[in-house]
Parts: sequence; C-alpha cells; structure tokens
Amino acid sequence: MSIDIETAARVAKLARIKVESEDLPALAQSFNDILGFIEQLNEVDVEGVEPMVSVTPMRLKRRTDGVTDGDMQDKVLANAPDAREGFFAVPKVVE
Amino acid sequence: MTDLTKLKIAEARDALRKGDVTSAELTEACLSAIDKADALNAFVHKTPEIAREQAAAADARIKAGDAPALCGIPLGIKDLFCTKGVASQAASAILDGFKPEYESTVTSQLFDAGAVMLGKLNMDEFAMGSSNETSTYGNVINPWRRGNDDAALTPGGSSGGSASAVAADLCLGATGTDTGGSIRQPAAFTGITGIKPTYGRCSRWGIVAFASSLDQAGPMAKDVRDAAIMLQAMCGHDPKDSTSADLPVPDFEAMLTGDIKGKTIGIPREYHMDGMPAEIDALWAEGRKMLQDAGAKLVDISLPHTKYALPAYYVIAPAEASSNLARYDGVRYGHRAKLSHGDGITEMYEKTRAEGFGEEVKRRVMIGTYVLSAGFYDAYYNRARKVRTLIKKDFEDVFAQGVDAILTPATPSAAFGLGEMTEADPVQMYLNDVFTVTVNLAGLPGIAVPTGVDKQGLPLGLQLIGRPWEEGDLLNCAYALEQAAGFVAKPAKWW
Repeated sequence: MSIDIETAARVAKLARIKVESEDLPALAQSFNDILGFIEQLNEVDVEGVEPMVSVTPMRLKRRTDGVTDGDMQDKVLANAPDAREGFFAVPKVVE
Repeated sequence: MTDLTKLKIAEARDALRKGDVTSAELTEACLSAIDKADALNAFVHKTPEIAREQAAAADARIKAGDAPALCGIPLGIKDLFCTKGVASQAASAILDGFKPEYESTVTSQLFDAGAVMLGKLNMDEFAMGSSNETSTYGNVINPWRRGNDDAALTPGGSSGGSASAVAADLCLGATGTDTGGSIRQPAAFTGITGIKPTYGRCSRWGIVAFASSLDQAGPMAKDVRDAAIMLQAMCGHDPKDSTSADLPVPDFEAMLTGDIKGKTIGIPREYHMDGMPAEIDALWAEGRKMLQDAGAKLVDISLPHTKYALPAYYVIAPAEASSNLARYDGVRYGHRAKLSHGDGITEMYEKTRAEGFGEEVKRRVMIGTYVLSAGFYDAYYNRARKVRTLIKKDFEDVFAQGVDAILTPATPSAAFGLGEMTEADPVQMYLNDVFTVTVNLAGLPGIAVPTGVDKQGLPLGLQLIGRPWEEGDLLNCAYALEQAAGFVAKPAKWW
C-alpha cells in the first residue's frame, strides 16, 4: 500500500489539519515510512483472535445517572478563546 | 546537612519527622536549584508561591504529628497533568494559555498527602516522542554528558523534563506518564528509577489524554524505595475514571525486603535484538547474574509476538490520539488561529490545528485518521487490536508457567545526542521503545532501574516486568537488583 499525494491531502482534510500543497509530498513519504513499518502485522496469523477491547478483564463501573455538578458557566468558559454572553463564539456556521 | 536537594524522599521524610529539617527549607533549596538550572530547560512553569504555601501547610501538619510519607516533599509535575489555576499545556502550542479549573486526581492525591509542587515539567508534545525534542518549550537537556564532551544529550522522552529534573536534584521526585515507554526510557537515560504501574492503578482523570487504553501515570524517583513511596500516594480507585481499578493498594514500601529467594525470573529470548550494542548485552547478562546471586531462579522464556509490538502500537496509539486530540479545535480552550475574511468554521479548525500542533503530533493524528478511515479500519486497526490480544497472551502464558517477573534491557542504547535523529525517518525514533512498548500493550507494570554506565560514562538501565497488580512484588525485585547493582553515579554539575 502506497500513499499518494491525493490520499495524503484527503487524510489531512479528514483530520482537519491544513497542509500546504508543497508539504504534501514529504507528508506522503513519512506516511509511507510508517505504514511500511506497520505492514509487518500482515505476517501474523490472527485467524479466530478477538480484537482487544479492554486490557484489564474487568467490568466497567456504572454510576448513578444523576446530576452531580453544574452551575459553573464561568468556569466552563474561562479558557475559551472567544466567549460572549455566556456562550462559546465561533465563525458563522449556517449561511 | 549540606545539600538538601540531594536527599531522597525517604531520607527527607525521616528528617522532617525528626524535626531536623523543615519543608520550607527543603522547598527553598529546590527552588534555588531550579533557578540555577534553566540551562536544562526542565521546569517550564515555576510555581514558587504555591510551593511556599504548601510547604508552610506541610510544616504545620508535620508539627501536629501523623503526617503522611509525602508530607512536605517537593516534587515536579509533568505538564501533562492538569493543575488547577496553573498552566497545563502538554507542551503544546495549541494549549497556550490554558489554565485548568480543576485538579487531576493524581496531583490531588499527592497534594492531599502533603506534597509540594515546585512547578510544571517539560515533555514531548502530548507525550509523543522519545527524545523530548517535540516540545513547544524547546528541548530538555540531559544533565549527563559523554565524558568531557559537552554535546547536549537527550534525557529521553516523553517524560524528559521529569527525568532531567530528578537526575539533576532539582526536586526529590516527579510525576511521569507512560504510553509506550515514556517513564522507563527517560529514567534509563538519566540514571534514575521509574515505574509504570498496571493499567488502571492510577486514575487518568485530569491527565491530558494521548492513547487512553495505554496511558498510565507513575513516579520517577531517585531509587526504588522513593518510587514505592510516591506510587503509593498516586494509586487508588477513582470513580471519575471508569477504567481505574477498584482494588486495595498495598503498602509498597513495606514490601521492600530485598528477599527474592525462590522467585522465578524470565529471560525472553526475543529481546536479544540483532545489532544490539555489546554494552547493553553485557548489562543484561550482569543483571541476570545479580538476580541469580540473590537467590532467584532464571528461566529462558519466549514471547513470540514481541516483534509485532511496535507496529501494533503505531496503529493503536495514533488511532486513539486522533480521536482524543479532536477536541483541540480552537473553540473551548487554548489557541485559535487568526482568520481571514470569509473563513468559516472549517477553516478555523484547519488553521488552528495546523498552527497549534507540532510536526510529530500532526503526523500521528493523520496516521490515526488514516488507519481508522473507511476501508482501512479492518486491515490496520482491527488487525492491530488482534495482535495486541496475542501480545498480552504471550505474557499470560509465561506467568501461567510460574514466572514472577521478566528481566529485559530498558533501552536499546544509552542517551543519544539532541538532533542526532532529526534526519532519520520517524520509525528510527520509534525503535527506542522496542523493549518497553509490549508492557503498555499488555497493561502490565514495568520498572526501569539504573544498573551501570557505558564506556562514555552514561547511565544504562534494566527493566523488570511484573504480573498485573503485583507492583509490590515487582518493586521488591527491583529493590534486590538495585542493591546488587549499587548504582550511585551522578552527573557532574555543569549547568
């Protein structure tokens, strides 16, 4: 499997990371280096093996479905790059 | 006492309890050492005011009697831990200016035990790296040098700031995190001790997530006893982390008897790597002899899927990272790119993430995006998770045969020079974690202990891998190894 420039651009788009077109060939190359390394996994016989979901065989704890905190709008917004009137502000989303 | 910063945690604890020293004195000594060590670039956010306040409170508590072991002990905290009101950036520009409104569970537990925070420690960006060269704060420098050569060496990564700070006696101990070797590799590169506990021992709540199924916090300390004392305070069940284990935490320090008679230590043949430096091979052989002389029984074992651990890791960790790091979008915290006229929300995401993330982080997020994308999910991600099952089973099989712990080298080399790997392809750097990454994939506890120096005088470490939840036994094994090795070398002060 070899990654071309078009695929590299598509992956960057999916990851929502802007990559300048002149940087795409180098990016594709480093994907290929890493994926070439990962290809070794194809040597392993995984027939009938369950993919690991949890490394420790334990049941995840359930908690009561109740409100345990809240009323901290100021704290929630304290680190926002742009917050106005109690909301996160972003560029226009709907035309 | 001449230099308080050189004290170990256990020594400082005893001196504090006897009234020979105060936490205020210890803290001032560390703060002053930190101010003189800017050349190491280990501490990136200093918190002297918090430290002095906590030290005063600790002194009052010690005076009142019944103070826990860590009460009054000055520590450094890796930048990956969210600390309330104090910059917590995971060494990334995308979290510029982020000051959490909450405290991570591990640091809360340390502070409840009376520990003093000296500041935040440098690391690889989002804990992605093995040389501490991906940080937005710049490289960390290893206090160790090759003989009289003043070339700057890496302290390892990702917990490079923690390793450098402990090795240079800037703090008595530090927190680290380990996703593929990020506690054990830097510990080995700097001649200190670091343990990654069993997955689920320490709460991950409030620790900036890299790969959630692999991430674990742990202590980096001057010796095994100190690691045991710190680990004790860091562990425990936390309802805020659904993967945290609801198991009792034993008294790890009390388990350090040094008696390993009759223990079975496995030597995995797959860890004999082609091209491994002779010095690493010799170190490993010496370690085997030390454990044998201490009464342990050595057995050759096989962990047949070892070779596939790194490739599996470089599917699973980036996949989880691409999902975890989706939250950095310029909306709720940290950096937001300056937008051009007409830019919409997609441009905001794309520009923010392009500016905020460093090259290695971008690369891994995109690799993760690729292996999870439609059409490749089965071929890469599911296959890697199946291989992970097999890697874990390798360990289960040898433990079922009666193996108590496994001895391996910690790293394939001593610390290398900063910048030496920049021209290499990323995979060369990934090979640093070849001996440590299996442990994360299998969720096991692993500890790195310094046992020797190479011909250039650089520290080298061995790794012991234990059974799940048996950190106490593992620490005791490491204690026996430490006693036999008698490693006491310290870096000559040049900073």
